[in-house]
Amino acid sequence: MGDILELARRYRDQGADELVFYDITASPEGRTVDRSWIHRVAAVLDIPFCVAGGIRSVADAEAILHHGADKISVNTPALANPALIGELARRFGSQCVVVGIDSQAQDGGYRVHQNTGDPARSGESGRDTIAWVREVQERGAGEIVLNCMNQDGVRRGYDIGQLRLVRGICNVPLIASGGAGAAEHFASVFREARVDGALAASVFHTGTIDIGELKRYLQGQAVEVRS
Amino acid sequence: MSAAPVVIIDGGGANVASLSFALERLGRTAVLTTDHDRIRQASHVILPGVGAAGAAMARLAGAGLDRLIPTLTQPVLGICLGMQLLYEASEEDDVHCLGVIPGVARRFTPAPDRPVPHMGWNRIQPLAAADLLAGIAPGSHCYFVHSYALPVTAATIATASYGRAFAAVAQERNFLATQFHPERSGRTGAAILANFLNRY
Repeated sequence: MGDILELARRYRDQGADELVFYDITASPEGRTVDRSWIHRVAAVLDIPFCVAGGIRSVADAEAILHHGADKISVNTPALANPALIGELARRFGSQCVVVGIDSQAQDGGYRVHQNTGDPARSGESGRDTIAWVREVQERGAGEIVLNCMNQDGVRRGYDIGQLRLVRGICNVPLIASGGAGAAEHFASVFREARVDGALAASVFHTGTIDIGELKRYLQGQAVEVRS
Repeated sequence: MSAAPVVIIDGGGANVASLSFALERLGRTAVLTTDHDRIRQASHVILPGVGAAGAAMARLAGAGLDRLIPTLTQPVLGICLGMQLLYEASEEDDVHCLGVIPGVARRFTPAPDRPVPHMGWNRIQPLAAADLLAGIAPGSHCYFVHSYALPVTAATIATASYGRAFAAVAQERNFLATQFHPERSGRTGAAILANFLNRY
């Protein structure tokens, strides 16, 4: 955990447009994201900061926002209690409420998975991805992060087909997640799936891709980015 | 270093932590309060705002701040909803606001490629030389989160566009306002906050 602050500073200085802090084992372990870290990360950031991990109630969310997050992201707890999305949106506004969706191709369609931070507890949620994307918007989600599990961690590019399908029914900002391995993958997901943002973790953590160089590349590809 | 503190008006919003942190990074500590004396004695006053205009005005009125704020003589900065509250009225909840700057906040019209709220990075275009925007290049990106916006008027010193042009930064006497969140707008936002603290 010691290098979280260092990473936050590095991404800020390289020109990241938003930082998302995922505590992916919080939900399967039945706890909420560690709040002392939120405070320390928020203090060094001058870009939007979104926090995810086991947020099950308005009170959980309020504490996290109070510690300096700008948005909260819910995934497994929203599947267990979809009304939570509306409760959060009414209390804090839709702009504050991100819904994360872990989606996997299955039987010619896409299914939503839950508790994906723990292989032992991870599994299909019983929901169809397209139906869930529609429902979370009706309930007040202000942004959707679609993590395409088939691509996640393999660095072969974003799942353009699935993201295009979801883009067609998504009227709130859509963030692509899962599969980034090279700068060209970012250019194609913006061009071909018209997403509002592209999220990546491992390629940035390992230094495979430098955010500053990536943005210069995207500018050269006529993708509008913040310089 | 200035001796009088910076005051953030406590409008009951959930989140002023990122604003406090941004001021700390600029070497200033901010006090969060509704106390009239402390607000009057501040070197600089910031009016933040999240949530809906009607509820925010009701909270200000409940603390008598709807009468105090228009009489302040030190630099005052309204941010996001705080900017809209400085104007005459908002279409949101059809509410009368503080009336310091002429104009009415109106809702954006959603379009297929233009969801409302307008949320994310967008470019600002300075219209006039103003100390608040010293050193800010035309087309700099700032971070916006809002559903209502103010028209471009004589008080507008920078615009942005989202389906229509709107006021991104405004100034009327000692009252300054940004529709975006300078505390979350990277180096551009930090420079604007530093200009507010050091040039006014």
